[in-house]
Amino acid sequence: MSNEEKVQAKVEVPMITFKVDGQTVSVPKTLPHPVTGKPEPISIIQACAYVGINIPHLCYHPKLPVAGNCRMCLIEYGMPVLDRERKPVLNPDGSPQIRKMPRQAIACATPVTPGMEVYTQTEGVIRSRKAVLEFLALNHPLDCPICDKAGECKLQEYVHQYGQETSHFFETKLEKPKKKAISSKIVLDNERCILCTRCIRFTEDIAKVPALGILNRGAHNTISNYPGTEFEHNYTLNTVDICPVGALTSRDFRFQMRTWFLSETPSICPNCATGCNILIHSRNGHIYRLTPRENDAVNSCWMCDSGRLNYKWVNDSRRLSNVLWSEAGRRDEINWETAISKISAALKSSTKGSTAILVSARQSTEEIFLVSKLAKLLEAQTDSRPRIGEGDFLLLNPDMNPNSKAIQIFGLASATPGANVSKIAKAIESGAIRNLIAIGENPVEMGIEPGLLSRLDLFVVCDILGNKSTLEAQYLLPGASFAEKQGTFINAKGRIQRFGKAFEPMGEARPEYWILSSLLSALTDKPWPNTPEEIFNMMAAELPAFNGMTWAKLGTAGMNLLSTTNTTEK
Amino acid sequence: MHETDSMVMEFSVPNTLESEIDELITHYPEKRSVTLMALHALQAHFGFVSDAGIEWIAQKLDQTPLAVLELVTFYPMFSREPLGKFHFRICRTLSCALNGSEKIYWALCEQLGLDKNVHKRQTTPDGRFTVEFVECLACCNKGPVLFLNEDFHENMTEESVSKLLTICNGDNSSERKGTGK
Repeated sequence: MSNEEKVQAKVEVPMITFKVDGQTVSVPKTLPHPVTGKPEPISIIQACAYVGINIPHLCYHPKLPVAGNCRMCLIEYGMPVLDRERKPVLNPDGSPQIRKMPRQAIACATPVTPGMEVYTQTEGVIRSRKAVLEFLALNHPLDCPICDKAGECKLQEYVHQYGQETSHFFETKLEKPKKKAISSKIVLDNERCILCTRCIRFTEDIAKVPALGILNRGAHNTISNYPGTEFEHNYTLNTVDICPVGALTSRDFRFQMRTWFLSETPSICPNCATGCNILIHSRNGHIYRLTPRENDAVNSCWMCDSGRLNYKWVNDSRRLSNVLWSEAGRRDEINWETAISKISAALKSSTKGSTAILVSARQSTEEIFLVSKLAKLLEAQTDSRPRIGEGDFLLLNPDMNPNSKAIQIFGLASATPGANVSKIAKAIESGAIRNLIAIGENPVEMGIEPGLLSRLDLFVVCDILGNKSTLEAQYLLPGASFAEKQGTFINAKGRIQRFGKAFEPMGEARPEYWILSSLLSALTDKPWPNTPEEIFNMMAAELPAFNGMTWAKLGTAGMNLLSTTNTTEK
Repeated sequence: MHETDSMVMEFSVPNTLESEIDELITHYPEKRSVTLMALHALQAHFGFVSDAGIEWIAQKLDQTPLAVLELVTFYPMFSREPLGKFHFRICRTLSCALNGSEKIYWALCEQLGLDKNVHKRQTTPDGRFTVEFVECLACCNKGPVLFLNEDFHENMTEESVSKLLTICNGDNSSERKGTGK
């Protein structure tokens, strides 16, 4: 069962008992409406999903209002027979008498009532599924071999399961618009469309932009935007995810890779402080797309387009991939061991308090924790760069850093992040600060002039892509992107969530937690934990806010930190 | 042809038409319900429903233009192109079809130089005549029947339809007749 099928229920709601395929089950009487949140009677399809029975469906989506147009979820059901006093009539054996309803009903729009019996596997139900599929496939093009949705297409899946090998249809298939660019991000194929209206409901009810509709009548129905306008907002690509067929395809992903070759890694979107749960779809060290992963505590089933499409930098050919050491105008490749021992020797020989560390709020919590340890050891001054963008009502947070909360928890930035930088610059100028370590940040961009950087005894930069500061670095340490390491981010609401590693870092690049752990080990002459799990568990044991969490307990859905740390939450 | 071309370029709804639609709005619980009536009014006035007309109605009734376009494309009685001065609507539902409505259609098409094999709305290049098949006109005992603009004609034959055409050809006034207004 996919994430989509899981229906979350509130425990406080009274339960209702009914029978499905001979099995007596109890389900909540009501579930919140996906848009309004008002309690609504539980439908048969929701109740069945609740107990793990999947009823085939196309237009129904647990996070959208019900449309009931595809007829795929037809089931048979019976109701208890009542006498004149509305008391149940019993069989001789004492069980309630059930009268099977003469007509099938759609499971998505039929509420469960007490004592109801639902049959999802009868001959009649299977026959209906076959018939519905035959109608849906009538005008559907047989272009699965070149369709991006192949392999994850619901229609394909159901035809494989229930479809018949021959067609009764000998007429010519209807022609409809193909390759219609309805936006800069999406291409629409009206022939593949089965008119489930999921995209219309999403854009109208979730994104609150009524941009799509159905034109023409009957078999000529076509999903369309208003001619001359484009279907543009920051959530349009979610319609590609929820399209049960290949009608809406992402221009970015179109014809790039067959879906079955992609491996999916559960991760967290690193583009803002919301921390949307995502899947990285990758193959051979290359990201092909990001898709949302359901987490009702964070992002439901959605993510924004700006986050979804911001992954190209991971596979940028200009990624830093060698450890470099510059001295007297020369720049040499060195190995990690040499780099770590040279840097630690330089730090050991310098006085306490003569170091500054700039650490990015894009690093993992474990890395930020290790930076806090390093800062304490060196009595270093620290700061981090704020990235403020525009938020919106749905998911996008104005804080474009994924882990500002961790920086705040470990006190690595000034009250107004970035405000320390000018003090650090002055201290470099006065000679009070001799060493600067930048982890994922660009000191030049933060306001420390290249002229000042050249005055430093030690200037270490750990980053992913080259910039003005990496050119000045004495030691340039190539770091790993979010897709190349494990870790956690703490989102704006104080939820700590794990992201996974999709593939190995590029070239010689190493995860920053490994670099920091090696540096700490060299500085203290004792081994430090060097896996995200060990570092996390060490951190969780130290901080009360983590309330006895462990890496394993976090799972893929994450946990909320104790609210004592959430004092600044909006 | 009539003045539709200039109207496409400079779309303006006359005050009388606007006040008629304002009056219609008072008859319904919500503005949205007026969409269909407003479309009828615009089509009657302009002879067709233009993009500008759709956008005007959308704004008037607090709708998206797409919602109005959905209605226009759903109902076959609305035309997105200017209709001819003489609009023939020939029934092709069962009784009329059995009584030879196709022959009426063919006869009209041949005399007007239109393609009789096309079963879509067709307008002559001079913009004077529009011919199309429609569904049941609710006079099945007198088939084949047709509408010429808003006038109903029963028991049509190839001869009687030719006579109708002759009358139309003799009418040189620029005013479109029988539009229900």
